[in-house]
Amino acid sequence: MSDLSVLYDAPGPRAKRRNWLYTVLFVAVVVLAAWWVLGIMADKDQLAGNKWSPFVTDGRVWTTYLLPGLLNTLKAAALSIVIALPVGALFGIARLSDHRWISMPAGAVVEFFRAIPVLLLMLFSHEAYAQLTTIEPEIRPLYAVVTGLVLYNASVIAEIVRAGILSLPHGQTDAAKAIGMRKGQTMSYVLLPQAVTAMLPALVSQLVVIVKDTALGGALLGFGELLGQIREITANYGANTIAAFTVVALIFILLNFLLTSFASWLEGRIRRGKKSTGAVVAGTPGDTVTGGLAGTGGPTGGDGDANAG
Amino acid sequence: MFDFLDLEQYDLFGAFWVTVQLTLYSAVGSLVWGTILAGMRVSPVPLMRGFATTYINVMRNTPLTVIIVATSLGLYQTLGMTLGGGDSKEAGFRLAVLGFVAYTATFVCESLRSGINTVPVGQAEAARALGLGFTQVLTLIVLPQAFRSVVAPLANVLIALTKNTTVAAAIGVPEAALLMKEMIENESDAIFLVFAVFAFGFIVLTLPTGLLLGWVSKRVAVKR
Repeated sequence: MSDLSVLYDAPGPRAKRRNWLYTVLFVAVVVLAAWWVLGIMADKDQLAGNKWSPFVTDGRVWTTYLLPGLLNTLKAAALSIVIALPVGALFGIARLSDHRWISMPAGAVVEFFRAIPVLLLMLFSHEAYAQLTTIEPEIRPLYAVVTGLVLYNASVIAEIVRAGILSLPHGQTDAAKAIGMRKGQTMSYVLLPQAVTAMLPALVSQLVVIVKDTALGGALLGFGELLGQIREITANYGANTIAAFTVVALIFILLNFLLTSFASWLEGRIRRGKKSTGAVVAGTPGDTVTGGLAGTGGPTGGDGDANAG
Repeated sequence: MFDFLDLEQYDLFGAFWVTVQLTLYSAVGSLVWGTILAGMRVSPVPLMRGFATTYINVMRNTPLTVIIVATSLGLYQTLGMTLGGGDSKEAGFRLAVLGFVAYTATFVCESLRSGINTVPVGQAEAARALGLGFTQVLTLIVLPQAFRSVVAPLANVLIALTKNTTVAAAIGVPEAALLMKEMIENESDAIFLVFAVFAFGFIVLTLPTGLLLGWVSKRVAVKR
């Protein structure tokens, strides 16, 4: 289907005029809303140049607060994905095991950690580390954030791995059996290598969720990541709350937008690819891309059940 | 064994009731706003399409924590918005709902859009052949069928929203996660039990939602 949606006819002269009217009305509403918000901001002295200029003129805002914060965010996210990947893969494969005494406990663990808010896991591990270990208080928030993220995301990755393996055509297992491979060999030589390509987009999308969730540590555990720097910036640069939030949000959006775009590029590449089976685990549950109405090409990077922050 | 659970000191059920209220108000709000966004996304007016796409990309890539903290520090403390008066506690609740609606609506919209994708092209073509305009095609023909096919994805969004309401603890809304933070610090000899109680509470909230809506989604699915 072309990008012209089938939901409406090709606009004639009257429809064109009507669309213009809607456009003008919509612009008016948006401008009014923006004017109202900007008016309040000007009232509270948030538009003054000296509140915004430090982000452009003063390099120290970046080197002292924003970049170290971004570095902490990336560090926590990288540690989490690196630890969560093998753990998640292990649980995902264990859940597919033929032995019920392996698959049942693995399934129970995965479902348990998927059902619990990631914030509870972080709060709990923070306190558990304080009491049961001798980890220094300065580094404890990082440990707590990574632990919470690993527990939650490993269970999500386990589901992604399971879906990736199940998305492969059944003939793959049959063929592997026919040439006499054992179950372990089938998994490691036939199924997993193909499943990895199918899951890559979903895994990259999960990385977006992880990056977003690191902000929880900044808000509640005192972890010095990007969001946590806002308090410091507003304390040192004259209560420029709105400006600081705008800049921090923009950094997050840019980072995640790059990851999301990468995921959808990857997904399209795999879908079109000739070498693979074309099976792909999209990030969005229930996203069936058929010759439907709103144009083809499903959204990626969605995480209907996996977005705790 | 459960003597740490002093219900006079810790209002456990009250905290979970706040969680439920946050979830319900935000769910209704994001369903409405998400449907409007989905309508904009497929509308014939390019500017509305562009606005909806930009809004979704921006909101979905912002951490929910940033949005929620911004409603408190930015909207409330800096700009003095209370969304209808009241003390800081009531305002905090409403601001949290506003943040959840703004964020969750993007996921509702994306689910709905994929639901619109499952409606066969012939449905909209037949509707246009009858002379229906865009609004009529959308509200009478396409959306009713789309909604029936996205009950399961929307259930996932609702479950995620239930878990996401814990983020409101960051701005001091007295819901379950904030109470757990307090209890886990005070009852330091029973942290595993405290965690188990709250984990159980969230499983009780999310599990029936998933099962019930899973059943509903099978009942209402359009047979094709």
